[in-house]
Amino acid sequence: MTNTNDILESHMIDVEAVRKDFPILSTHVYGYPLVYLDNAATTQKPESVLHAMDDYYHTINSNVHRGVHHLSQQATEAYEGARQKIADFINARHNHEIIYTRGTTESINLVASCFGRKFLKPGDSILISAVEHHSNIVPWQMICEEKGASLKVIPVDDEGELILDNLDKLLDDVKLVSFNYVSNSLGGVNPVQAIITAAHKRGIPVLLDAAQAVQHLEVDVQSLDVDFLAFSSHKLYGPTGIGVLYGKEEWLNQLPPYQGGGEMIKTVTFEKTTYNDLPYKFEAGTPDMAGAVGLAAAIDYVLGLGIRNIQQVEHSLMSYALGTLTEINGFRLIGKAVAERRAGVISFLVGDIHPFDLGEILDKQGIAVRTGHHCAQPVMDRYCIPGTVRASLAIYNNSQDIDRLAAGIRKASALLS
Amino acid sequence: MTIQQTQDEIIADFELFGDWMDKYEYIIQLGKELPMIEEQYKTDDNLIRGCQSRVWLHTEFKDGKLLFTADSDAVITKGLISLVIKVLNGQTPKAIIESDLYFIDAIGLSSHLSPTRSNGLLSMVKQIKLYALAYQKKSVES
Ligand SMILES: Cc1ncc(COP(=O)(O)O)c(C=O)c1O
Repeated sequence: MTNTNDILESHMIDVEAVRKDFPILSTHVYGYPLVYLDNAATTQKPESVLHAMDDYYHTINSNVHRGVHHLSQQATEAYEGARQKIADFINARHNHEIIYTRGTTESINLVASCFGRKFLKPGDSILISAVEHHSNIVPWQMICEEKGASLKVIPVDDEGELILDNLDKLLDDVKLVSFNYVSNSLGGVNPVQAIITAAHKRGIPVLLDAAQAVQHLEVDVQSLDVDFLAFSSHKLYGPTGIGVLYGKEEWLNQLPPYQGGGEMIKTVTFEKTTYNDLPYKFEAGTPDMAGAVGLAAAIDYVLGLGIRNIQQVEHSLMSYALGTLTEINGFRLIGKAVAERRAGVISFLVGDIHPFDLGEILDKQGIAVRTGHHCAQPVMDRYCIPGTVRASLAIYNNSQDIDRLAAGIRKASALLS
Repeated sequence: MTIQQTQDEIIADFELFGDWMDKYEYIIQLGKELPMIEEQYKTDDNLIRGCQSRVWLHTEFKDGKLLFTADSDAVITKGLISLVIKVLNGQTPKAIIESDLYFIDAIGLSSHLSPTRSNGLLSMVKQIKLYALAYQKKSVES
């Protein structure tokens, strides 16, 4: 087997130096140095993000857009500067196409609610895929139920690849397509371009759930030509509680507001309220200013390493992990065993061992993985399994982490079989 | 034996183990040795839902005492279930309602009683107490 440390170095990211940027990685769990492989749930935060948020509260905290005073102007600049940074990060045409939300879940709910209220009629459909997170299923079910519309699903094959053979037929009656770029339960990178092209040929807009994509690969909303895109800060090395909805200006302008309150209005009388322009129309109430500043610092951190470099390094580690883990007796990978078609996630079972048992014995060895259905129950039903063990990678993981995982699995397997 | 006596006995047993591996080995062994519930009772009605690991629980009420059989698809959960049943089996509804299962914490497996893990044990203990409550009501009424 190749030594990944050699490969890693050739990609210009010094993973050992990166590890030092994340204070939590030096934690010990049950006496073992922590191996953190639950990055698809949330990533750890580098010192620079922690510092930026601390600094925000120490030096410029005040409410944005409202005050004539100095601090409010500084806070507003930081907050709007972060919006510009996000716009640049995903190559949005305008910064008012970036809406702050609480995360991917709220971004999807916003589109489901606003788009659904305006455009969905009885008999219409929303098309999703068979490998979605509950966050990209339930909001659509709710609005479909309300509007007498129905939910359709792009099927998936045994290896976790979406089946596009009947896509054109599936698109009949569809008003919007919503699916994930990378599946959080299986880790497969979905055929984004093919689906967007097919949908656009019929004038159907597409929402991309990029919660598991932006931290692993370059996402350019203009070259994708995607209409809406959602992601969460906390999976991108940023703070919790803030996320992003990107929408093309022409679509966002057509949608009614989401929530009512301060900031989203132009004028209010008891007879009639007129709404603010983009992006404020969708941002009712005092926003998460410190979160925005933290997210901007996280984007700086990622751009400092280079997203392409991150992709290469993670790809090498993924290859190493697949090679190492598949040598374990009884190891069953769920999804395709090809690193090129994956990002971040390795979902697996070992023999007949219940994922929960395996997860517990790994935990006892200081190894953090996730077990269960990963908020994707339909995916588990599709493969007739109770759940999986999921190890998910970030830029600070190294080959030792994988070796510890492999040794941990062997130990657990000996104990449990 | 009272609920307390059985618990103290289990705690004393576990004190003999040197490290976590030995402890788990023992629990897993208990789990493997005990196909407790009869297949006919592994029905959807007896399934405790909302857990990562599934738990089936069957209850009988005989001579004023409660008898339990159970199973789980996760072997660690199953081992712990067998300990819980060892503690509560053959006790009166009143004793079960008033019981405090401190042994799980004492043997270092309190995470299994934490709602954040959504594993079967906590739900099973809740269900057992609900049954006990129902049988106590019934015996008072009759
Ligand atoms: C693919 C995908 N979509 C949506 C979500 C929901 O993200 P959040 O909980 O940050 O709103 C997640 C997170 O687990 C995810 O992996």
